[in-house]
Amino acid sequence: MNELMKPMYKGRALTDAVNTVEDKWNLLPAFLKVKGLVKQHLDSFNYFIETDLKKIVKANEKILSDVDPEFYLKYLDIKVGTPQRKDVHSFSNDITPHECRLRDLTYAAPIFVDVEYTRGKKIVVHRNLEIGRMPIMLRSSKCVLTNKTEEEMAKLDECPLDPGGYFIVNGTEKVILVQEQLSKNRIIVETDEKKGIVQASVTSSTHERKSKTYVLTKNGKIYLKHNSVSEEIPIVLVLKAAGIVTDHEIMELVAGPDATYQESFAINFEECSKLGVQTQQQALEYLGSKVKTVRRLNAPKLTALQEGMEALATTIIAHISVHDLDFREKALYMAIMTRRVLMAIANPKMVDDRDYVGNKRLELAGQLMSLLFEDLFKKFNSDFKANIDKVLKKPNRTNEFDALLNITIHSSNITMGMNRAISTGNWSLKRFKMERAGVTHVLSRLSYISALGMMTRISSQFEKSRKVSGPRALQPSQFGMLCTSDTPEGEACGLVKNLALMTHITTDVEEDPIRKCCMVLGVEDISIIGGHELHSPGTYGVYLNGTPVGITRFPSKFVKSFRQLRRTGKVSEFISVYCNHHHNAVHIATDGGRICRPLIIVTNGQPLVKDHHLKKLLAGEMVFDDFLKEGLVEYLDCNEENDSYIALYEPDVTSETTHLEIEVFTVLGAVAGLIPYPHHNQSPRNTYQCAMGKQAIGAIAYNQLNRIDTLLYLMVYPQQPMVKTKTIELIDYDKLPAGQNATVAVMSYSGYDIEDALVLNKSSIDRGFGRCQVMKKATAVLKRYPNQTSDRLEGISAETKIGPKQKKFTVPIFQHEVLGPDGLAEVGARIETGQTYINKSVPVNAGENLINPNGAIQNGQAGMDAYRPTPMNYKAPEPSYIDKVMLSSSESEQPLVKVLLRQTRRPELGDKFSSRHGQKGVCGIIVQQEDMPFSDSGVCPDIIMNPHGFPSRMTVGKMIELVSGKAGVLDGSLQYGTCFGGSKLADMSKILVEKGYSYSGKDMLYSGITGECLQAYIFFGPIYYQKLKHMVMDKMHARPRGPRAVLTRQPTEGRSRDGGLRLGEMERDCVIAYGASQLLLERLMISSDAFEVDVCQTCGLMGYNGWCPSCRTSETVVKLTIPYAAKLLFQELMAMNIAPRLKLDDVFK
Amino acid sequence: MIAEIPSVAIDKVNIWNNTSLIHDEVLASRLGLIPIQICPDWLAWYNEAGPVTYDSEGNPESKFNSSNTVEFSLQVKCERNPDAPKDCKDPNILYQHATVYASDLKYVPHGDQPSFMNPAPTVSNPDIIVAKLRPGQEITLSAYAILGIGADHAKFSPVATASYRMLPVIDIIGEPIKGDLAKKFQKCFPSGVVGINSKGEAYIADARKDTVSREVLRHEEFNGRVKLGRRRDHFIFNIESTGAMQPDEIFVKSVKHLQNKAEELLSYDLATST
Repeated sequence: MNELMKPMYKGRALTDAVNTVEDKWNLLPAFLKVKGLVKQHLDSFNYFIETDLKKIVKANEKILSDVDPEFYLKYLDIKVGTPQRKDVHSFSNDITPHECRLRDLTYAAPIFVDVEYTRGKKIVVHRNLEIGRMPIMLRSSKCVLTNKTEEEMAKLDECPLDPGGYFIVNGTEKVILVQEQLSKNRIIVETDEKKGIVQASVTSSTHERKSKTYVLTKNGKIYLKHNSVSEEIPIVLVLKAAGIVTDHEIMELVAGPDATYQESFAINFEECSKLGVQTQQQALEYLGSKVKTVRRLNAPKLTALQEGMEALATTIIAHISVHDLDFREKALYMAIMTRRVLMAIANPKMVDDRDYVGNKRLELAGQLMSLLFEDLFKKFNSDFKANIDKVLKKPNRTNEFDALLNITIHSSNITMGMNRAISTGNWSLKRFKMERAGVTHVLSRLSYISALGMMTRISSQFEKSRKVSGPRALQPSQFGMLCTSDTPEGEACGLVKNLALMTHITTDVEEDPIRKCCMVLGVEDISIIGGHELHSPGTYGVYLNGTPVGITRFPSKFVKSFRQLRRTGKVSEFISVYCNHHHNAVHIATDGGRICRPLIIVTNGQPLVKDHHLKKLLAGEMVFDDFLKEGLVEYLDCNEENDSYIALYEPDVTSETTHLEIEVFTVLGAVAGLIPYPHHNQSPRNTYQCAMGKQAIGAIAYNQLNRIDTLLYLMVYPQQPMVKTKTIELIDYDKLPAGQNATVAVMSYSGYDIEDALVLNKSSIDRGFGRCQVMKKATAVLKRYPNQTSDRLEGISAETKIGPKQKKFTVPIFQHEVLGPDGLAEVGARIETGQTYINKSVPVNAGENLINPNGAIQNGQAGMDAYRPTPMNYKAPEPSYIDKVMLSSSESEQPLVKVLLRQTRRPELGDKFSSRHGQKGVCGIIVQQEDMPFSDSGVCPDIIMNPHGFPSRMTVGKMIELVSGKAGVLDGSLQYGTCFGGSKLADMSKILVEKGYSYSGKDMLYSGITGECLQAYIFFGPIYYQKLKHMVMDKMHARPRGPRAVLTRQPTEGRSRDGGLRLGEMERDCVIAYGASQLLLERLMISSDAFEVDVCQTCGLMGYNGWCPSCRTSETVVKLTIPYAAKLLFQELMAMNIAPRLKLDDVFK
Repeated sequence: MIAEIPSVAIDKVNIWNNTSLIHDEVLASRLGLIPIQICPDWLAWYNEAGPVTYDSEGNPESKFNSSNTVEFSLQVKCERNPDAPKDCKDPNILYQHATVYASDLKYVPHGDQPSFMNPAPTVSNPDIIVAKLRPGQEITLSAYAILGIGADHAKFSPVATASYRMLPVIDIIGEPIKGDLAKKFQKCFPSGVVGINSKGEAYIADARKDTVSREVLRHEEFNGRVKLGRRRDHFIFNIESTGAMQPDEIFVKSVKHLQNKAEELLSYDLATST
């Protein structure tokens, strides 16, 4: 009965017009329209350019001279212009990103400052002074591409679907990956069970310094530990130093009225009194005596008291600023840390989880750039100061000193520093002793998806080699924030993550207005609160970004009214507020780097988003931001999610529900969103597809044929998948697809399909299935040398041939067949191995100036006009066609030549294919169409896949894709395979039956070889297949003999060096075990690096020419063949003062 | 039919100028796949590996000649249409020759070809899109069609698809299916397969129309009451010609080809291996 009741109930609920918001997923495209997939990068960069930059300059605005007290220079303002090219004689200075890519330039805009300074006795204001060039993120507010229509984009040679969010430095596209870190300025409590330590730590980070402070237990007592203090200091002593002098007050602040905490803390007073510290001054002196000081030269020596005071004020818990030596706030903070330790001792569950997403902050391009810029700007200022000091020192100057003449000298430092950091990825900041490598990566343009996937990638600071499972595991708090499927396999597994589809990363919001706002909402200021009030039951502390600001006795009311403020748009929508009942705390977070996502607000069991809102949205009368403004939708960060009760679907909404999910498939990211029916697959398969989707060959961008990339793979006839997902439409994968819908028969055929190999239909290949193009770039710069010589292009060398009937022909030599008269290959020409495409030559003498005073050329030296040919020859075994030849000039005004070579490839044996379910396979055999099985309707498969691929992989989604795809083909429609939704299998079967096919998707097939019908029904239909970049042509390699390494004389290694195939240790073991000693000798010595040496039988050392130099005789010297590597080893040992002696014996003894 | 009956397709292309977006190789491959309306019997086999012949001047002669090759030329240039309405967005109106169709391939007669090639060779389907152009882009090329077989390349196959199926057999076992059940039974088959007579009994009207979806077997009530099968000696051929030959012509040719093969096999003497 109950089961019968349910659909009735649900049926009623569905027809209920008030309740249903069926099209609520339309909020998602609306969200992506305003935010986009890479919006976090853009927002962060825009924040840096517009706000942070000004703050940095404000913080370092004055430069004073040590020499001249009258002199000062003050920055009034800073702004970044629009991207400009640096060429002198250009028609217009505006530059497009595509020009930068082609010409190997940096897409950068000048940084202008307004300065005020003294010149002599006058104060001068100078506006728009350029101090350097800032690389500009594509599509950011300063980029030329912002707010451009599709047509305008096309005019700029830019793809409208390209996400932007990366930089172009020296022609390469560089992405600053999102960096994941533990949150700053927050207390983290951890236990070490082995050592029995409980510690609360906080990483303080301010503009000036970064430091880490610990409060930890040791032998049951609590200490404070800090890097600048040589040993752990008893916590009571530190609190005393901070001005909490009486034991009673300390006890009250730390333990409050709770007896258990009082008891476990009481022991700590003992040590302090043993040390004889009673007053604040004593405590500070003690602290001062333990401080490690690194003083600069000439700095005055401080007393212990001063040292202690300075340490407490500036280095310990540095993010809490101290005014007028009032340490109370800091003392309170330390007391709270101590209390957290006590709580963790009393209840071991009260520790924090490092891997919890709410304790993580994401560092974006803007933040990293601002760190870098601040460092460079400070360096720039100090360089400038040093420079003017030098000039001002001179007592008499002929003309008035103008500081501006000096400022521009250093502008290249900022430019170069920025460029270098982005192009190498090494972020080294002296200020924070930060040395980070691999921050930036080259944007992968293998396919559209790989570029997109890179923009949402998050890399962790964790070490890859460490074998820890915690940080790698999937955290429940990642739900909806980070993609559950998209992570690489292997060493970076779980450390590199990807953002889910509907996430946003916050930027910093000003703290002060929020603090005031709290006070207005009835928070009692922390400075007037004692320990008694703080810890009395029912009282909640209010923390702003982890720092206590006050207390409230009505936490839920406070949180509610604060949320009301946010929903009405009075405070920023990205501020999160939540209650932590374990710590009796209300936390407000305004800091940047928190991941958050939008949810529909539910009040009184009713979602606020109603049908009429969505109708307005579809009609274009409302945008996503309107939903935010009207308080229908709000952003929740991970911590606030814990304070909410979120319903997945509308029928699940109850009276306690606070929020409703916008769409469930947003748990996945952009890359995992390509998979049809992922909820039917075994989860690792989805992860594999995420890795493989990035290797699929397809369309890259609308401007793909205008690009000249080092390596570009393109598919000739890409198709959009028959079975789409909503994500595919949202990220425009259907416009830039990477794969083809292949008709697949799941059956065994020919035995060339074992171990995931695929059977391909030759006629399908003839008709263009899996055909792809590979474009390779070759670059040459025609350098100019200081002695007025420069590289040049040579023409064609010709030879005379005699044809039939003694006719003479003058034809270019083979190598120069494809060259034009300008020494560059002609566009469209076919180029084969060994032919030249850039006939460059360099001057023999490039270094010194050859013309001596009398104009004669010195003897024995090559003249100015002597050139050595350095042609660039085509090396690959298969011919290519010349696609493009580009002539331009680089940043240093040197001629730049780029040649693009193109190959069109048919699929061949060994090429790799994959469906969208982590099922990869190589082509095992290509079969004639007439030998392929065919169905009643005459359909032949493009691919035959072995059914053994299914049972162990459990990729049910692939089967459903096939059925849906088949239904779509027959129906003439595109079907959906969206995660947790999509076209229903039953509906699909129904279509199949209507069209006269079996409901199961299985057809009767006839064998193409015997002509008889097959004994089983075959699962038969279209599946979207991707061609992966791994192609046999790029990998096949063999060599009979070839180059050898110079040092060891052994064959070189690797395909690129035409290397040999190594007979390794294990192979050697086999040969030994088999007893084939002559084979061993032949393989390891004769065919490798045989070398004849003269060995002296007396001393056992090697000689030469039948002469032993150590025994001074030729009597006992014999000739011997050994591997050259062995001879090298002996000599190396001799160089280390070890004498290896060869003892020779008669073989036939 | 698919692999061994010869037909004519473009095999070699000399591209003189191609400034379109389509790359030369892709363009050539597309041209090759365009079906051409020429009777294959008009042409002799082209032999690429044959001996080089020389003309009276001593220059090597091309292996393409009027007896084995049909030349087509394609010469299109896209230009702006001066008469296009101002706010027009359709490139086909905005520009002239924005789309290159197969019909733009023009036959170039050589030697005595006009005497035996009647009607003159054309493409089978003039509406196939070869390339799309934009103002300033042009394609100039000459294409050479030769005789070939589908086993070498699918473009030489005279059929789009050729297959057969066996005649389905539907037997109603035991009692006739009546009433509502009969209607349901009828629904399990494509229309026209099952008829219902005046008594309300289902009967098999035309088994040939059945697609053998086996839907009927899913239903419990028809369990054991119907038997689906196939006539093992009744083949229904389905041949889609690409246009050069009539399907029946292809079928007859293929049977002839099979006969030749069989005769060759019969004449093979096992003892002498000849």
